[in-house]
Amino acid sequence: MNDKSDMAHAARPVASTDMSRRDVLALAGATASVSVIPTLLDSTAMAETAVASITVLVSFTVNDQRQQLNIDPRQSLLDVLRETLDLPGTKKGCNQGACGACTVLVDGRRIVSCLTLASMHDDAQIETIEGLEKDGELHPLQEAFVAHEGLQCGFCTSGQIMSGLGCIAEGHSGSPEEIQFWMSGNICRCGAYPGIVAAVADAAKRS
Amino acid sequence: MFPFTLEKAGSAEAAIAAAATGARYIAGGTTLIDLMREEVERPERLIDINGLPLGGIRVEGDDLLIGALARMADVAADNNVQRLQPLIAESLIEGASPQLRNMASMGGNMLQRVRCPYFRMLDVGCNKRTPGSGCAAIEGINAGHAILGTSDYCVATHPSDVAVALVALDATMRVHGPQGERSFPVEDLFRIPGDTPHLEHTLLPGELIVELRVPGGPYARNARYLKVRDRASYEFALVSAAAALAIENGVIREARLAVGGVGTRPWRLRACEAALAGKKPDRQAFEEAAELATEGVRPLHHNAFKVVLLPRTIVRALELAGEVA
Amino acid sequence: MNMNIIGKPLTRVDGRTKVAGKARYAADFNQPDQLYAVLVSATVGLGRVREIETAEVEEMPGVVSLITYRNAPKLTYLPHKGVIDPAVGERLHVLQDDTVRFYGQPVAIVVADSLDHAEHAAAALRIRYDAQRPMVDHADQQVARIVPEAGGADRSRGDADAAVAEAAVKVDEYYDMARENHNPMEPHATIAAWSGDRLTLWSKSQFLMNEQAEIAAVFGLPTENVEVICPFIGGAFGTSLRTWPHVTLSALAARHVQRPVKLVLTRKQMFFTTGHRPRSLQRVALGATPDGKLTGVVHEGTGETSRYEQFTEALTAVTDYLYSCPNVRTQYRLAQLDTGTPNHMRGPGEASGIFALESAMDELSYKLGIDPIELRRRNEPQIDEAEGKPFSSRSLMRCYELGAERFGWARRSPEPHSMRDGRLLIGMGAATATYPAFHAPSSARVRLLADGTAEIEAAASDMGPGTYTSMTQVAAEYLGLQLEQVRFRLGTTDYPPTPSHGGSWTMASVGSAIRAACLEAQSQAAQRAIADQNSPVFGVSREGVEWTEGRLRRRGDTLPGLSYRDILASAGNPIEADGFARRDPEIAEKYSMHSFGAVFAEVAIDPDVGTIRVRRVVGAYGIGRVVNPLLAKSQCTGGMIGGMGMALMERTVLDARDGRPVNAHMADYLMPVNLDMPELEALFVDEVDPHVNPLGVKGLGEIALVGTAPAIANAVFHATGKRVRKLPIQIENMLTA
Repeated sequence: MNDKSDMAHAARPVASTDMSRRDVLALAGATASVSVIPTLLDSTAMAETAVASITVLVSFTVNDQRQQLNIDPRQSLLDVLRETLDLPGTKKGCNQGACGACTVLVDGRRIVSCLTLASMHDDAQIETIEGLEKDGELHPLQEAFVAHEGLQCGFCTSGQIMSGLGCIAEGHSGSPEEIQFWMSGNICRCGAYPGIVAAVADAAKRS
Repeated sequence: MFPFTLEKAGSAEAAIAAAATGARYIAGGTTLIDLMREEVERPERLIDINGLPLGGIRVEGDDLLIGALARMADVAADNNVQRLQPLIAESLIEGASPQLRNMASMGGNMLQRVRCPYFRMLDVGCNKRTPGSGCAAIEGINAGHAILGTSDYCVATHPSDVAVALVALDATMRVHGPQGERSFPVEDLFRIPGDTPHLEHTLLPGELIVELRVPGGPYARNARYLKVRDRASYEFALVSAAAALAIENGVIREARLAVGGVGTRPWRLRACEAALAGKKPDRQAFEEAAELATEGVRPLHHNAFKVVLLPRTIVRALELAGEVA
Repeated sequence: MNMNIIGKPLTRVDGRTKVAGKARYAADFNQPDQLYAVLVSATVGLGRVREIETAEVEEMPGVVSLITYRNAPKLTYLPHKGVIDPAVGERLHVLQDDTVRFYGQPVAIVVADSLDHAEHAAAALRIRYDAQRPMVDHADQQVARIVPEAGGADRSRGDADAAVAEAAVKVDEYYDMARENHNPMEPHATIAAWSGDRLTLWSKSQFLMNEQAEIAAVFGLPTENVEVICPFIGGAFGTSLRTWPHVTLSALAARHVQRPVKLVLTRKQMFFTTGHRPRSLQRVALGATPDGKLTGVVHEGTGETSRYEQFTEALTAVTDYLYSCPNVRTQYRLAQLDTGTPNHMRGPGEASGIFALESAMDELSYKLGIDPIELRRRNEPQIDEAEGKPFSSRSLMRCYELGAERFGWARRSPEPHSMRDGRLLIGMGAATATYPAFHAPSSARVRLLADGTAEIEAAASDMGPGTYTSMTQVAAEYLGLQLEQVRFRLGTTDYPPTPSHGGSWTMASVGSAIRAACLEAQSQAAQRAIADQNSPVFGVSREGVEWTEGRLRRRGDTLPGLSYRDILASAGNPIEADGFARRDPEIAEKYSMHSFGAVFAEVAIDPDVGTIRVRRVVGAYGIGRVVNPLLAKSQCTGGMIGGMGMALMERTVLDARDGRPVNAHMADYLMPVNLDMPELEALFVDEVDPHVNPLGVKGLGEIALVGTAPAIANAVFHATGKRVRKLPIQIENMLTA
């Protein structure tokens, strides 16, 4: 769209994998565990390291790509997508589970990625807006959002589309009223709701 | 967010052992992570219990059994739930949003924290958050607060919808703890604040909710949940009512009634239920019973409207329940 | 001219980018070596910072820097008064002293190597204050109410007070509208990166040129040393018109730590440092003859402002020109409060003022027993009576006719509390919408490339209305190219300057500049062809050639003619043309220019529990030429939903003890969700306005919201017989109905 808009591709994984001096000291007594999230059975060392920020290894699939990451356990799935994996298509609207802009599919279910820890999704299959386009072809729901004016500013759009996929998969797209009910977890401040409902209805018919 | 360690529970027993020494369970995380980010919650150890086999929904005789890790969305969509206890399904889909319902577990829903805005503000007093620090809501903005079960220490409303339905339906819960297993009415889980609002429930240290049991009853299928709010969805209740009626030969044999949005815990209305028994299910009977609901209310500066809205919501919920009966 | 791309209901040219998640908003431009900043907001509403415990926080994991007024560099703060800034007062100077002027004012900034580290450190920072009780309640009698020093606060013709006092029929009421926050989905965000004394800001802004100029002034830099980049805006509704303190702070922090810094406001912070629609208190008094002719109109309104700036908006302006009346007095005052400075929010001033006026007109119609639309007809003016000028165009009554027909106004029974659907009370209401047709000076650039396509550039913005698309249409139209042959770029200060993206003037201003640039480019192309010995139009006079559908021919010739590609192929270098457009001052002097519309709403109210459902909204608008009906309808239906929010949900609630917004959360500050959406319809009357600007467009973004709230409030009255003069109207107001 704008040649300036391509400048950010240089974004890099954030510094969460770089441990500060204090972190390293805190970790000194613990072995760098290969296990993903420590289970209770091997957690005897955990209590001593409780207060410091340590990183954990997590591995999951994002848009069919395997990711293995060393992350701060505090990081939300949303922040890992946006800041670590350079997938900023998923948006942070409120960071409190009250807007739906960060909706992604985890193991096929729509969830808000701001209220879940990335470290709790070991082995999960995560799908974001960036993964819908296949071989240059938009997903029918993406096409429908353009065709039916299901967006204005575009900021809630990724969440609306991911939520729409969930809505259709759940079988909650039988009528405009049903779609309205089941799409009410995604706020659109521009008020593009008529187009959103039409787009979900259209794509549901075609799927 | 404060740093913490995250452990994955290999078994219920291991999880309970860890929780008994101060670790916190995490399932859907929709309440806990939100409050951890605000630093209202500061657990040092989290135990991820999502791997435990506690997500099933089954039927035993007339009773419905719901695993504590069953997600709100799955419970609402379950055929047996819809068939045997439609009130549960209806109250669930009126709560939160589809995404949050996909995440939040039933056990976590029972234990969700209050929505009082001052509870979330670390720079003001809140006896629930910091015992003895005072209550900013009583003299503050309190339109959303409770009128029943309040104290001079706390006036926050219990936010759950499905808990209102469960309390109305005499549901019980089974918990596992360091001392073994016990069962008790869901209603008994919730404490009123009194002078100890930081103590919200009656679970003992380490206890893990494993299952909810909703007994069948002649009223179960004639039950409706009415949630009154200014926005059509994705909002907590101003007032809600779960009403169930068993009607025989044109007379109410048995009624179940609980309300939300008005109490410091899901509020069962036994006096109203008693007043309905033996009456014809008409508006007059509903109104007479509903009037009893406001006994003992303590309205605050901004929430007196709930005293008016409460009986009206009850009447409408009873009418709706009567229509399906 | 092509005359068929403007007016086409085309889907968005950037739709594909947006649905693919590839549109990059400010916070999406992560930079190499970037750090994360988090603002610390004051937790008192007025006072001074007494003590800051910095040491502990500075030692926390990942923390790179903690900046407070004690260690922040003194900033230059050269005088800067953008057209969007209040005329009177001085912006907040951040971290320059210990004063706290309002709750939530930034008092520190933490920079760390990760967001989690920065957030945790910011939360750990202990600050002690000497606090006083702020004054934040507009309705408090002790609040100082001042005459805005910028002037224009009072207007009068005839003797309105006497006319009202003597009128046969009168309405005299007070109206109270809640403070609102814009709450766009995208939080404010800025990424700042320095390279020597050059600064690049990837920043959410509706006014790039002003952000550039302001930050240059704050840091004492030459303007050209600052570049602002913002290709996409995730909604703004006015909140990003001004350059708020966080922009300065991100640049300050980045310079302090010598690394790029990303600063994104939390949703909570969006409620106190980035402006709000001020709460308004208004009185409207109407006097009329028994047959419904207005004899006197008084409209007094008070808005809110901060202690350090005088924010003004057009709260009472519509009353001056909307209806015919010989005696009109309007008065505007400001309540000075200990809050941050408010700012424009969609339909600013007009949307608030018209709620009071149109509610009062509705009240008058019932007193008179005259249909509300008929009442407006009887007071339809021939000219703008305040200015004594003709309207450049005014289609209000045609809007009422079209809207009434479509809405089914004839089915409305005139008595309040008379319509039912089962147990629900049904109400129908109508109200006028209006907004000025502004036109600000703007420039744009066109580049015709050798392949026959065109690039258009302007430092404009697109916060959602579809600037990318509609400007592409304008350029394609005037160049005679296909849409696909035109690429329109916006969103950086490197492009030719434009005015702010607000006030419904983007198409009028930027569109007119693009038109001018296109015509200039065509002219240059023609000259090049005429000068080219190998061209079939070689040596022909400039008047002897003409452009049709992107081809140059001798006038009257039927040969295929020359395309841009043909012309450019022979010369090689592209043609670049700058265009500039502004409103002709003579025309501005001669005409009163406004858009008008009529909004109809139907509500269903549950008489038991008081829930209010809007069932239908129909809006008919006269906005001149409609560049893209598909996008225009979206704008309108979106504005109606915004108006529903204003009518029934939105309210920022302050705790008077310290001025904190207690519902600074998207679960507590209610905005309509999908399930609230009624049946919506937007209609446009055919309206040709040859005066407003060369494109004949009057703007749409604001009027789309204006009028909806009073239409709904009037419908609520019609349903219940209960008049609510306070917005939002909520369940608790319905329980005595």
